Amino acid sequence: MDASSNQSSPVVIRITNLTRTYRIGSEKVQALRGISLEVHKNEYVAVMGHSGSGKSTLMNLLGCLDQADAGMYHLNGINTTRMNASGLAHVRNQQIGFVFQSFELLPRISALKNVELPLIYSKTPFWSRRKLAAQALERVGLGDRMHHKPNQLSGGEKQRVAVARALVGQPSILLADEPTGNLDSATSEGIMQLFERLYAEGQTIIMVTHEADVAAHARRIVRMRDGQIYSDLPAEQDPDCLRFKSKASSAQTEAR
Amino acid sequence: MKKFLLIPFALLQLMGQSALLALGQIWVNKTRSVLTTLGIIIGVSSVSAVIAAMHGMNAKIMENFEIFGTKKIFLWPEQPASGPKKNVDWWQIRFRQEQFEDILEHCPSVEFISFISDTRNTLSRYTDRTVESVRVRGVQASWFKIENRSIVMGRPFSLLDETQGRKVCIISANLRDKLNMDRECVGETIVLGYTNFLVIGLLEDKPAMMFGNMGETQYEVYIPFRTATKGADSWFSVTASCKSAAVAEEAKAELQFFLRRTRHIQPGEPDTFRVFLMENEVQQFKKVMGMITLVAFGIVSISLLVGGIGIMNIMLVSVSERTREIGLRKAVGARPAAILTQFLVEAVVLCLFGGVIGIAIGHLFAWMISRTAPLMQSTQIPAWAVMLSFGFAVAVGVIFGMFPAIKAARLNPIDALRHE
Repeated sequence: MDASSNQSSPVVIRITNLTRTYRIGSEKVQALRGISLEVHKNEYVAVMGHSGSGKSTLMNLLGCLDQADAGMYHLNGINTTRMNASGLAHVRNQQIGFVFQSFELLPRISALKNVELPLIYSKTPFWSRRKLAAQALERVGLGDRMHHKPNQLSGGEKQRVAVARALVGQPSILLADEPTGNLDSATSEGIMQLFERLYAEGQTIIMVTHEADVAAHARRIVRMRDGQIYSDLPAEQDPDCLRFKSKASSAQTEAR
Repeated sequence: MKKFLLIPFALLQLMGQSALLALGQIWVNKTRSVLTTLGIIIGVSSVSAVIAAMHGMNAKIMENFEIFGTKKIFLWPEQPASGPKKNVDWWQIRFRQEQFEDILEHCPSVEFISFISDTRNTLSRYTDRTVESVRVRGVQASWFKIENRSIVMGRPFSLLDETQGRKVCIISANLRDKLNMDRECVGETIVLGYTNFLVIGLLEDKPAMMFGNMGETQYEVYIPFRTATKGADSWFSVTASCKSAAVAEEAKAELQFFLRRTRHIQPGEPDTFRVFLMENEVQQFKKVMGMITLVAFGIVSISLLVGGIGIMNIMLVSVSERTREIGLRKAVGARPAAILTQFLVEAVVLCLFGGVIGIAIGHLFAWMISRTAPLMQSTQIPAWAVMLSFGFAVAVGVIFGMFPAIKAARLNPIDALRHE
């Protein structure tokens, strides 16, 4: 399976000529300088770049946490460019699942309650909330640790809870921002295998990372520099990821 | 259309959700929550205690007014404050009986009228028992109606008693007992001064009152007015009653008009008598009481204000402590309105929590006040004060929680998630 084989499936994300400028004091920082990108259903994309390359800004825009100064962003055919804060919140709730580097679990409530959180804001009734959250936790392999609080869970388990929370609303895209950044390599591998499985189940995944070995799990590598995309290739054609190619494919077979 | 109909339900669900969250938050920060709500507790308890005390005192005094009679009107001669009669001799301006002839026909708002002639500290004797200083008053039969004193045994004065000045009397029950008379004292004869009087009726004792009795027992004897004055032109005062408290002012005007005519007071000249309405005193008292309540209320409201500032402070702390949580909630789809509601409800729940404790303490205060003074016996928090206190608590929560809640709702999710 490669990037080109997905061209026939529907477009989930279409951004055209997106620019974003920050103002830090009197200085203007152009974080994105006119980016265009299309992501189809069931793609597994890694966005790579050094810090300051604009990959985090792109991630925030894709996640509807931020809005562009110019350009268009269509998510599942819906134009989000001119939405207000409330409209964007609704889009995030319905279409997007976030996984953060530092997990961002609420410390005082159980794993199950953490996973229920997005459903509260989608006004899902109490009883179906429980059920859906439990199903999501089972999907990430934490069916037996539902009632543990975050401080009773290991780093890998915390990130799995976060993934379950991202998945519970059945989002059209899973956005992961350095999902393995706070984990050791063995645990990272576990999370990557989870992603692999979700991808196999049909989930569209976009992941930001600066680690080549993590990016090697993706099927498509988008590289950024100075607020622009300079390389967008299937993983097997990406020069830097080739080194990890064999490792990635072995992980892939392992997962299946 | 269906969507619009669902909005109240969604809002209700959101509020319920937020209330649960808020209770959880309060439970997690128990010590802090109690300390924060201390201001509200003190405010609400003092507001309700002050209202209770005022309410109790008011009820007690009003009850006394009722016993005394709010429909009563007193008339007496008085030197005018100005004019040629300023220093006129009292005897010259005395009431004369003929000045009151047919007064009821001319004063439709007046129900009863009675002359009163006082003779104080008379000796009374029955067989070998004597009581010094008995208050003997010459009154007319209508006096008992004005004073609302019922004759429990025997009969009131008859027309014959009054026109002929018969030597009959109506005595109070306490005098009967003091003189060691038979319970059925009607028909007995007692000596007042040096004259024999036939007891024709027995009066109930006066109900206990806050003022007037001076703690002393008063032995009362009533004789017909004509018997007391012996038909002579003597000094007397007049008591009347109006048909209802509502027409008190009309009754006063009618009496003034009538008496000015019968006393030949020229237009422009001041009155040489005084018409005193009990109802005026009641109104005056109510006015003063209302003002005192308002002032006291204003003072204790300041404590609620201080409590509200405490709430605002802690809510601001809570918002900045939970910035990351707010960011996360926003990232997973909480609308600004949901965040606003969450923090507003938290502030309100905090205040209500303080309100409940405050009212409990207020009740304790009220109970303590009711134990301290007889004037305060009926001190208790009226239901409307409980509602008012709760209303205040909620209002303080909304007003002082609004600023922190808006601050939370406006947070940018990216910055909030990046917050350390």
